[in-house]
Amino acid sequence: MNWDKRHLLDIESLTAEEINLILDTAKAFKEVSTRPIKKVPALRGKTVINLFVEPSTRTRTSFELAAIRLSADVINFNAEVSSFKKGESLRDTVRNLESLNADIFIIRHSAAGAPHFIARFLKGSVVNAGDGAHEHPTQALLDVFTMLEKKGRIEGLNVTIIGDILYSRVARSNVWALTKLGANVTLCGPSTLVPKDFEKMGCRVVYDAEDAIKDADVVNLLRIQHERQRKTMFPGTAEYSNLFGLNYQRLAIMKPDAIIMHPGPINRGVEITSEIADCERSVILEQVTNGLAVRMAVLFLVSGGKSPKDILQ
Amino acid sequence: MKTVVLLDSKEFNKVIEEIAKQIASRHQNNDGIVLVGVQRGGVYLAERIKTHLQKILNCEIPLGSVDIGMYRDDLNQHLPPQLKPSMIPVDINGKDVVLVDDVLFSGRTTRAALEALNDFGRPARVQLAVLIDRGHRELPIKADFVGKYIETDKDDIVKVLFNELDGVDEVIIERP
Repeated sequence: MNWDKRHLLDIESLTAEEINLILDTAKAFKEVSTRPIKKVPALRGKTVINLFVEPSTRTRTSFELAAIRLSADVINFNAEVSSFKKGESLRDTVRNLESLNADIFIIRHSAAGAPHFIARFLKGSVVNAGDGAHEHPTQALLDVFTMLEKKGRIEGLNVTIIGDILYSRVARSNVWALTKLGANVTLCGPSTLVPKDFEKMGCRVVYDAEDAIKDADVVNLLRIQHERQRKTMFPGTAEYSNLFGLNYQRLAIMKPDAIIMHPGPINRGVEITSEIADCERSVILEQVTNGLAVRMAVLFLVSGGKSPKDILQ
Repeated sequence: MKTVVLLDSKEFNKVIEEIAKQIASRHQNNDGIVLVGVQRGGVYLAERIKTHLQKILNCEIPLGSVDIGMYRDDLNQHLPPQLKPSMIPVDINGKDVVLVDDVLFSGRTTRAALEALNDFGRPARVQLAVLIDRGHRELPIKADFVGKYIETDKDDIVKVLFNELDGVDEVIIERP
């Protein structure tokens, strides 16, 4: 099959085949970063706008470098010093940027659905870099890519995600990608932050950390997003760490070949102890390396010419 | 549509052996040849050439591959191509690289492959070996080693089938 979509808005609307195509393409781009000259001309002459209306270092840098290594020109749009401060709407801002003939918009926004909204009126491509608590598709893709690289398969793999699932776009995108590819997903965290509703998405929901990790092949720890917490829903950092943090006692009951992941930035001593974050079973920095390859693949694929089907629409 | 078999299995393998002999005659004291196949057909062809070449020159010949999908000049005219990782197993700086492709047509693939090769190093020399040269060049590119020249119309389709991939070694032309 070939990729025929103009945007990457979420994982929910992708087929397993499309996800695998992105992963295969990312494999080819990972090789590019190991060469003496780490740059290919695929997107020469294209203009990419990095529209980050919410703070981000890792994802913004990763997308920026991905675009540069594909030979695109990149404009970083900083919401802090922008016309948003003067009250311009998202629609007007984006249409102004489009008038400069930008080809791809990478958007991060605190409102769920913001990428879908701008995709409705833009002629260019839109890539979702995180929208509210909805989805963060490239994070899920790089997580799955890393699991595939380390474990050789996704189907039948036991993946446990621990943390603030309710507010996590990383968790949602991961659940979509993993269930579509046939993994067994377990979600765990404080009951106020892990609604039983997630069982409808095909996950197991448990509230006991030991139970959640003992059969896991992959343990993915989410960051406690202090900026999104309401006091009533979160037990407090020390209690969270006691009940759900990954420490040596918990590491000891895990499978010896299970890998540890974290989307970053880490709160050392909260989701994971400092020593375990740096131990050899942690693949946290490899996730960052793979993120670049996955984002190059996504920018490459959405830049392709359109199929007859797309032109008819 | 009319299909004509151009090379059957026996001729197919004889022609490949001929290409290997041509390469060997120009590299008698093996001056550091590296074979690089162009994905996908070129990779299977390069593997076959390697086997013959190692027998003739009696030494180990390194074999790599490049995928030119990231180097094409027509990304926004077609659906994006499926990419495979490129693999260059040795330092190609100062080496004699023989690029291998199954069919030479417009020359655009070869142009892209030369650009891809450049990102891995600066070979002393790059030569081009192809199984079929079917004419209709759109760029100033010429092969150094050719298995067979054939006359084609521009909208003919030349297909090279490999046993590993298609269950048979064969070259066919499809005429509309």
